[in-house]
Amino acid sequence: MGRITNEELLNKINEKFSVTVVGEPYGLLTIETDREHIISLLDFVKNDAVLQLIYLTDITAVHYPETEKPIAVIYHLHSLVNNVRLRVKVFLPAGDDHIPTATTLWNGANWMERETYDFFGVIFDGHPDLRRILNVDDMTAFPMRKEFPLEDPNRVDKKDYFFGR
Amino acid sequence: MQNHPVYTDNDPQTVPSTLNLGPTHPATHGVFQNVLQLDGERIISGVSTIGYIHRAFEKIAEHRPFYQITPLTDRLNYCSSPINNMGWHMTVEKLLGIETPKRVDYLRVIIMELARISDHIICNGVLGVDTGAFTGFLYMMEHREAIYEIYEEVCGSRLTTNIGRIGGFERNFNTIAFNKLRKFLKDFPPTLKEFENLFNRNRIFVDRTKGVACVTPEDALNYSWSGPLLRATGVDYDVRAMNPYSSYEDFDFEVPVGQDGDVYARFLVRNEEMWQSLRLIEQALVKLEKEPTDIFHADVPEFYLPPKEEVYNNMEALIYHFKIVMGEIDTPVTEVYHSVEGANGELGFYLVNDGGRAPYRLHFRRPSFVNYQMYAPMSRGMLLSDAIINMSSLNVIAGELDA
Repeated sequence: MGRITNEELLNKINEKFSVTVVGEPYGLLTIETDREHIISLLDFVKNDAVLQLIYLTDITAVHYPETEKPIAVIYHLHSLVNNVRLRVKVFLPAGDDHIPTATTLWNGANWMERETYDFFGVIFDGHPDLRRILNVDDMTAFPMRKEFPLEDPNRVDKKDYFFGR
Repeated sequence: MQNHPVYTDNDPQTVPSTLNLGPTHPATHGVFQNVLQLDGERIISGVSTIGYIHRAFEKIAEHRPFYQITPLTDRLNYCSSPINNMGWHMTVEKLLGIETPKRVDYLRVIIMELARISDHIICNGVLGVDTGAFTGFLYMMEHREAIYEIYEEVCGSRLTTNIGRIGGFERNFNTIAFNKLRKFLKDFPPTLKEFENLFNRNRIFVDRTKGVACVTPEDALNYSWSGPLLRATGVDYDVRAMNPYSSYEDFDFEVPVGQDGDVYARFLVRNEEMWQSLRLIEQALVKLEKEPTDIFHADVPEFYLPPKEEVYNNMEALIYHFKIVMGEIDTPVTEVYHSVEGANGELGFYLVNDGGRAPYRLHFRRPSFVNYQMYAPMSRGMLLSDAIINMSSLNVIAGELDA
């Protein structure tokens, strides 16, 4: 394990921010914050002389439909010096999918945020180039949301009666 | 007399020309596009467009039971599919708390390191081709074939391997596989040495690659680079060493790092990694001798599909088979992030599980996708020919880029 423990990491964050601890699944400390504090929190853990969570592993999102805050944006950070990882979650209210961009801290966040926008419709305020990245530009839906069906419901070539069902 | 304009050095050429590099350009070795603004041969700016072979794997994975997701991971980095397969198995094993026997771990190390070698063979060979030296590529290709034959003995297929199962392997390694492996270990080092002799101090090659596309460690970390590219800049981050999985902590190997972060350093780092992979395989073979030879999977009947003969003849096996296929077994409601050192860098699997038969959400942290975003910014001011070899050295695999 890492050179600092999850408790030390959490204490350090708690000195400055009030965060909710979601848990420690498989040893990876998971905390939740809100979008007002996310960038200052990321900035703090990145630039803190002890923590040095300088490596942004991943940004992605998860959709939990029919909850009050359906979209969770998830950041994975890694400190290469201390070998400790941190997962930060931000839940966004329905119909208001805005969150400030992390491209101010990492250039590498650019495409990760574009991908998250592309699939979940999360709008990263202040992103320099928030376009779709993997899907076609004129797509209107956000396909990784749960209400988007895996296959086009209007297809006629896969109707059951073609297969004797 | 002349009906087309002739430009001389004195002509002002104020309008930059636009070049569509891709989507299907032989030099990109994959389906992705760069629209470049050129001033003569120098790149002023570039815009990368990706997604041409996006296949919605993350969406499909939400509708598949765990054991059916392995073939999807094959198609990420198809030059080293076994690493993706193993990474996925280990993610699920971490989720379910399955402890694999040491022999399984060592067999996995062998397969993963073979995959790393085959990936680096392609990347470094193609870098040679793009700089005008075809020979080395052909020398090395012969040994990729040998690696594919070992895969064939173990799992039956070559490119999209679908190798292994949750908990171990679908069948034990046979004697032919071990013989082929030993033959490979004997034949490959002289070729690799020859390959290095052809390139490492070759004046033409060094002139073409040294000092091209230099990346500082700060930039590389800022762009979340990983794998050989990050190590070529001098940062010794290797998932195998930092967060060992599959018993990598039992092995003695070095993490090669470069100095300048240029194309030449990446080439050297990849070559050295192949030597280290050979070391790892040799150590694994020695360690295997001390392990019982009949163990090739963990004893987890509720997740490991039983062999078909047993399903037909044994009630227990039939029940487990039914339960696995129908997704009747409870899995923990939690989330897990597991990463392995893919051939291109940190390959991560973020799995959110709701206890159902399919993942609630599965996200692939694909190293090519993350590494490639620096390509357009770093190409600014570069010669077009340098940008081409820079792309080869990034080893962008379209399948991994687009998922």
